[in-house]
Amino acid sequence: MSRRARLIFFAVAAAGLAVTLGAGLAGLPSFGSQITAYARMLNELAPRQRHITDVVSAISFDYRGIDTLFEEFILLAAVAGISVLLRPLSDEIRKLPDDKAPDRAIPPPSPAVWLLAVFLSSLLVLTGLETVTHGQLTPGGGFQGGVILASALYVVYLGTNYVTVERFQPVPLLEASDGVGASGYILIGLLGLLAGTDFLSNVVGLGVTGNLISGGTISLLNLVVGVEVAGSFAILASEFLDQTAVIRTRQR
Amino acid sequence: MSEAVIAVALVWVAASGTAVVLTRDPLRQAFTAGFFGLALAFLYLSLQAGDVALSQIVVGAIALPLIVLLSLAKVRKDHE
Repeated sequence: MSRRARLIFFAVAAAGLAVTLGAGLAGLPSFGSQITAYARMLNELAPRQRHITDVVSAISFDYRGIDTLFEEFILLAAVAGISVLLRPLSDEIRKLPDDKAPDRAIPPPSPAVWLLAVFLSSLLVLTGLETVTHGQLTPGGGFQGGVILASALYVVYLGTNYVTVERFQPVPLLEASDGVGASGYILIGLLGLLAGTDFLSNVVGLGVTGNLISGGTISLLNLVVGVEVAGSFAILASEFLDQTAVIRTRQR
Repeated sequence: MSEAVIAVALVWVAASGTAVVLTRDPLRQAFTAGFFGLALAFLYLSLQAGDVALSQIVVGAIALPLIVLLSLAKVRKDHE
């Protein structure tokens, strides 16, 4: 395509974008305007209907729980795709790099780094569990807490080395938690059918608003999502780390 | 008061987003993208969207830099 044709093409596309974007922006509610009727209704109803204090959790795991189900499977499919793409190919092998100077030992990480890793990884596990289990009470939930849990493994790698972190992430366990978490969402959804109502209905006892055990299926779904996301992000990290650390082209 | 906080957040997002585009070296871009993610999280927080801000923090501070940095390390190792 010649330069002139490209410019004409760009001008037409830019004019179309300007018109549609301008019309869309003109129709937006003004800055600082009142929240919508739907949001007001949910703020009013959700704490009484579902016994939660974080309305966003009630929306994403109950009123619109089916959307979150699909998002879980998008994540599962993405991680499965990455695992397939990043496997050792036929001309590649899994091997730690050769030690070019076997008479000199690799210096261990300094005690300060090691101590920081021990402190930070235990803190991350605690924060992750807190975020997963308090999804129905405070901002956060299964997704955010799951990523925080997986990030504890990264800190172990930063403080030690590849061989040590491999011991902390057994692949069968990670893959099982990914699959069990994703299928757990469906099983909790099926509880609704067993109770004689709709799929993903909140049929478990709702508990007392503000307590740790409250919100019925909302807190259960947060738990299974946390298990799935923690497994997914740990697999993601280990696949990329394997590519960098041990997967290399076979020498001919 | 809250309008001022939102205005600061919006300016921060605009400035750091521009910085990400203007950074040409991928390694440095990973760092500017991290600051851009922090700005976005602050914007969401100033708009009282706590859940979205937390998601932005975990994705922008943990998942994205990890993938970018490990990919860069892999590309450099293959060039050796």
